[in-house]
Amino acid sequence: MEGLERIVREHPFFSGMKEEQTAILAGCAKNVRFEAGQYLFHEGEPADQLYLLRSGRVALQISSPERAVTIQTVGESEIVGASWLVAPYRWGLDAKALELTRAISLDAACLRGKCEDDHGLGYELMKRFMPILHQRLQAARLQILDVYDIRK
Amino acid sequence: MTTASATIDKNGLDALIKALAGRGFRVVGPTLRDSAIVYDDIGSAKDLPEGWTDEQDGGTYRLVRRNDEALFGYAVGPHSWKKFLHPPIQSLWKAARSGKLTVHVEGAPSVPEKFALFGVRACELHAIAIQDKVFLHGPHGDPHYRARRENAFIVAVNCSKAGGTCFCVSMNTGPRVGSGFDIALTELADRGRFVVEAGTERGREVLAELPQQQASNEDAAAAGKVIEKTAASMGRHMKSDDVHRLLLANLEHPRWDDVAERCLACANCTMVCPTCFCTTVDESTDLTGTESSRTRRWDSCFTIEFSYLHGGTVRPTTRSRYRQWMTHKLATWHDQFGTSGCVGCGRCITWCPVGIDITQEVAAIRGEPT
Amino acid sequence: MVPRVARVRRRTREIADVSTLTLEMEDGRPFRYEPGQFNMMTAFDVGEVAISISGDPDRAEDGLVHTIREVGIVSGAVARLTTGEAVGIRGPYGRGWPVDVARGSDVVIMAGGLGLAPLRPLIYAVLNARKDFGKVVLLYGARNPAEILYRAELEQWRRRLDVDIQVTVDTARDDWYGSVGVVTTLVPRATFDARNTIAYVCGPEIMMRFAAAALRDKGIQDESMYLSMERNMKCGIGLCGHCQMGPVFVCRDGPVFRNDHLRPLMSVKEL
Repeated sequence: MEGLERIVREHPFFSGMKEEQTAILAGCAKNVRFEAGQYLFHEGEPADQLYLLRSGRVALQISSPERAVTIQTVGESEIVGASWLVAPYRWGLDAKALELTRAISLDAACLRGKCEDDHGLGYELMKRFMPILHQRLQAARLQILDVYDIRK
Repeated sequence: MTTASATIDKNGLDALIKALAGRGFRVVGPTLRDSAIVYDDIGSAKDLPEGWTDEQDGGTYRLVRRNDEALFGYAVGPHSWKKFLHPPIQSLWKAARSGKLTVHVEGAPSVPEKFALFGVRACELHAIAIQDKVFLHGPHGDPHYRARRENAFIVAVNCSKAGGTCFCVSMNTGPRVGSGFDIALTELADRGRFVVEAGTERGREVLAELPQQQASNEDAAAAGKVIEKTAASMGRHMKSDDVHRLLLANLEHPRWDDVAERCLACANCTMVCPTCFCTTVDESTDLTGTESSRTRRWDSCFTIEFSYLHGGTVRPTTRSRYRQWMTHKLATWHDQFGTSGCVGCGRCITWCPVGIDITQEVAAIRGEPT
Repeated sequence: MVPRVARVRRRTREIADVSTLTLEMEDGRPFRYEPGQFNMMTAFDVGEVAISISGDPDRAEDGLVHTIREVGIVSGAVARLTTGEAVGIRGPYGRGWPVDVARGSDVVIMAGGLGLAPLRPLIYAVLNARKDFGKVVLLYGARNPAEILYRAELEQWRRRLDVDIQVTVDTARDDWYGSVGVVTTLVPRATFDARNTIAYVCGPEIMMRFAAAALRDKGIQDESMYLSMERNMKCGIGLCGHCQMGPVFVCRDGPVFRNDHLRPLMSVKEL
């Protein structure tokens, strides 16, 4: 357990957080690994984890019957999972490991419970989450513009 | 200012035109055609618009008879001297093909046509100097402009009447001619004489051939009064010393929307403006595909294709195109060439079909009542 | 004003609609230029278009190299010329990438789509004098894996151990195992000393604007960034007026601009 606490504390996502707080969160954590080609989750499944990637690369994909399109890849030191924050808590994308990927997975129900009990802790989490979501929204907007296509 | 030394009469003026023609110059000057005073070939003083004047205002140009026989009793018309120095159509090169692989390219010769520009006003001298900066003084020169410009003989005229849309005083470009001429004239219409001065050695040589009289002090004083009277009767004014800063600090001023509702983007202003220099190129080929040629012709920033890029246009609205023209003319021209691009000739005001007035637009942006 | 005749020595298909021509001047002399400069290329009987030069400026004897995308009638005609055919060249024109200013510093090169083509001479110039520079980072974003330009060369550069090459695509299918996301997403993870870095950026204008913002977030000042702009060009030499952007002529004062001068111009809509 102590090893996991240290790993959680040292992950860049929690940088700057007080030790007591990361210790609380570590209570929701466990080590996970995904082999290349393995799915972390599928679209529509209950969104019950927040993944902090320690190494490897994960593709966020949306599938149609003919093909799967990768919208974004996420790598070392980054996070996967936002839908666990918002009801109805269901994944909106597929997430597939492109290579051997090690991560810490934090149980979403556990996280949500701890945030309800301690709003200060909840705010610390939000402060870290929002910039990432904001950046991804900006990037997604640029993606939609499809700037390299001059045929428009 | 060189002190004028002589006067000539209308015969002397006629002799001047003939002397220039005799030296191989193609003499071009003001003449009456299509109810306007335009610049075209003139053979003698008889071709000048004797006894005519113009009444100009926003979107208005009318010729009216004077009650004297002045030869230069009007302001400027729709033409400027750029039609000779920077012609509307200029061949650049021709290419001949033999087979798919062999191409031979030949540049169009810069045919040095020797023009004598007869009747150049002070504002126009400045306009020519401004175009000299564009075409001769940059890292790349225009050989066609150079050939025509180097050979040009300039007979300047001090304006005896300010036009209804003139504001050379505001732009410090007149009405007195400064430098850049071979010969300068001031018409004393009441006595049918012209005070003349030479600005160059070759101007002196030509003048020396003409029948003339010594200029009296009274003649010189009369000439001075003519110019003073012109300066005091400008049709328009523009506070011009701060226009650069004013316009560039107001690129989103609501006035641009206002003018955009009136402007037709017809490009008249750019055609008549003596300093506008934009061109485009056309490629043409004969039916067999063995000969192609490239020609340059006048273009205007008011056209929608002017700023076309990658399937879109950078300036799709009339608002942005009018703003481009006006801020270039009055503001960024300073950054590019060190002077204003506007000489206060008023042509853009006169020849705008809806009478947009550049002096009024500046005043409006400044926040003055218009 | 008058084009010199050159001949196509070799034509290579790059990605869809994009070809690279290697040209030889008719007089046989090597064509010398600075990285970032462009030529006005004439397809005889069709027209003329401005195209950046994409070769190695130190190897002018190997031919004049242009990578061209078929966007319109003229670029289409130029891109489809075959071996032996004639093309007209006027140039080199413009202010190119300033290389000397980066000696002794880290170098970040950000390319979007076809923007890699005008940057390639700069990359060569830096790699040809590798010891003069600190860290060298290339961040490249393409539309999708099939539209990665100069892919073989990128892989070759990557095999060098002294250049950091990151490639990402806007979208990909299931068969791509690299990064997916816009090129700005590569910036936070890139390693360089922002206090001593010169950045060079080229791509569509939107991409360059957001790339510059991402570099600023990482601590690089506008004075240390150079961007290559594009506007409608007819003469290429500052006489026809078409390429003006506020006070500058893109053909003559650019196409490369330092971003502290450029940013106020880029922020005016429809300038």
